[in-house]
Amino acid sequence: MSTKLKLFAVMSLLLPMLIACGGSAPATDGSATNGSATDVSPTTAADSQPASDSASGGAKTYVLVPKNLGNPYFDTANKGAQEAAQELSVTVTYQGSAAADATQQIQLLNSLIAQNVNGLAISANDADALVPVGKSAIDAGIPVVTWDSSIAEGGRTVHINQAVSADIAAIQIKMASELAGGSGKIAILSATSTAPNQNEWIALMQEELKKPEYANLELVETVYGDDQDEKSYTEAQGLMTKYPDLKVIIAPTTVGIAASARAVQDAGKIGTVFVTGLGTPNQMREYVKSGASPQFALWNPADLGYLAIHALHAIASGQIEGKPGDSFSAGRLGQYTIADDGTILLGPPTVFNSDNIDSFDF
Amino acid sequence: MVTETRAIDAPHRGLVQTFVRFREIGLIAFIVVLAFFVTLRNPVFLTFNNLRDIVLNISILVIVALAQAMVIITRGIDLSVGSTIGLSAMMVSFMIAAMPELSPWLMLPLGMLIGAILGSFNGTLIALGRVPPIIATLGTLSIYRGLIFLYSGTKSTINAYEMPPAFRQIAKGAPLGIPNLILFAVAVAVIVFLFLRYTRVGRDIYTVGSNPDAARFAGIPLQRTLFLVYLISGLLCGLAGVLWASRFESAQNNTALGFELQTVAAAVVGGVSTLGGSGRVIGVVLGAFLLGVINNALTLIQISPFWQQAAQGLLILLAVIVDATISGRLQRMIGGRS
Repeated sequence: MSTKLKLFAVMSLLLPMLIACGGSAPATDGSATNGSATDVSPTTAADSQPASDSASGGAKTYVLVPKNLGNPYFDTANKGAQEAAQELSVTVTYQGSAAADATQQIQLLNSLIAQNVNGLAISANDADALVPVGKSAIDAGIPVVTWDSSIAEGGRTVHINQAVSADIAAIQIKMASELAGGSGKIAILSATSTAPNQNEWIALMQEELKKPEYANLELVETVYGDDQDEKSYTEAQGLMTKYPDLKVIIAPTTVGIAASARAVQDAGKIGTVFVTGLGTPNQMREYVKSGASPQFALWNPADLGYLAIHALHAIASGQIEGKPGDSFSAGRLGQYTIADDGTILLGPPTVFNSDNIDSFDF
Repeated sequence: MVTETRAIDAPHRGLVQTFVRFREIGLIAFIVVLAFFVTLRNPVFLTFNNLRDIVLNISILVIVALAQAMVIITRGIDLSVGSTIGLSAMMVSFMIAAMPELSPWLMLPLGMLIGAILGSFNGTLIALGRVPPIIATLGTLSIYRGLIFLYSGTKSTINAYEMPPAFRQIAKGAPLGIPNLILFAVAVAVIVFLFLRYTRVGRDIYTVGSNPDAARFAGIPLQRTLFLVYLISGLLCGLAGVLWASRFESAQNNTALGFELQTVAAAVVGGVSTLGGSGRVIGVVLGAFLLGVINNALTLIQISPFWQQAAQGLLILLAVIVDATISGRLQRMIGGRS
């Protein structure tokens, strides 16, 4: 419904552009900003309840701070956080700024510290810029757990790491091997040839392929789609043209995996060529169902939010100090130990397929 | 009938027409030679499926490059085409995702309307506001891209599963045996050809570009022609936006980002003069085809991805040089004969 409204809003904004000339451009820009802001505000209103009563004993109040509001990825993390809140009988409020902006986030965090909440779980918009505010929270006795995106050391108590590169590489090769039936030609479609995370994963995947159980998989080529839809699509087409007996395309990038699946679908090669890699359920839903990409992986943001609140509660309630080696229980996810670098690893990535994809919306 | 070349005097008309007829020969020759070498490296190049992929991949480029060519013929440039495509794709996708019961074919006129509105804003700035085209459209490039972000908000993407299958069939369907996308490109090329050759406004576009002062003295409505050409450019971009969303089954904030450079390249490689006043539909189509062949060839012959971009630019330059040389020879040859 709001989508329709938005459409008409922008349409009606565009019409004056016709009539007025020149000077109308900034005005249009400005009023469109307002339109967008009102669109976000319901989320803000619904989610940001004051946490003022937190200091007065009883149930503890924690705040889950995403990079920005209205982002499906963070909304999913909040679902997991609320699940943990129920289990622990605590209150978790979800508060963030409309834009993913470090300055706005710092202002929000300062006001939360002033309200004396019992703990903060933050996805940081800037690792370094948030160190002072994180430090002042810790000094005020408020533990700071970062998740998804970390505050640099000194500004946080612990950080929850969603995945390690070796696990990400291993799961992709495992999925590819399953799809190829254990043997055949596979190719990698990456983002840009200079992306550090992509290159690290590709190198680790090549290591992984040396294992005896993958001896019959042959990695024929790595191509780069530059995280552009159009280029990734053309590169995937090229792979299928060059290697008629290609079995699997691994795309460790969300743009590339969707473009590859679409190229396979358009070429009528569903069931002959399979696509796997890293993607989000919303983007891949269509292709999981069509069979172009029967399975792919990513960490589960709901688990990330769930673990962040469990870790925060363990520290805030004094069960652990948050030092390396400390161990705590995180409900359905089991036992976790803080590593030497002050991080907690969520675990292996989640595999999405036709059985579970409809229970995710991000 | 006056040809597109400017300043033609009666005695030389026959000569010039012969030359014009030959003008795309250089481009065709370059494409044939390139195809020959690529096929040697990888025979897959000449298969039916691969050639169909090339044509499919350039269909949208042809539509927008023709729009760009008309603008360049008037001595202008439209840098906002990529953003216009993106905004039209995003708005149409939101619309069809919100109301999947609507007829998807309705999205075509809607997209064109959105594009025409955006284009007429460019036209107003340039024709009425007298803002130089490169500055006006550089501004709207950013404004329209900004509007995409504002409009899509935090949703930012419309994914395949949110689009009804019938919408995706607009570009992908092939009820006549030939994919719709190709039919759209052919239809636009034919219409633009007829428009430029046989309509008053079409002729005015060339006159305005070859000599604006003379056009004004001749009573050609200069401002109105300029306004119309940017409106048409926007309209075609709007159409391209719908086709883009349908073909790529998604609308993203960065849809068609940087596409304007490809359209300028296709038009200029296709023989549209940046000085205005000359350019042909067939040349632009061949220019787009050459870009498609180069892109396809670079993936097929397994050139290192680190080299691809540089190689692409090199081949485009080479094509222009070969084209100019062959055309020059031909001109001298014909000149010598008469």
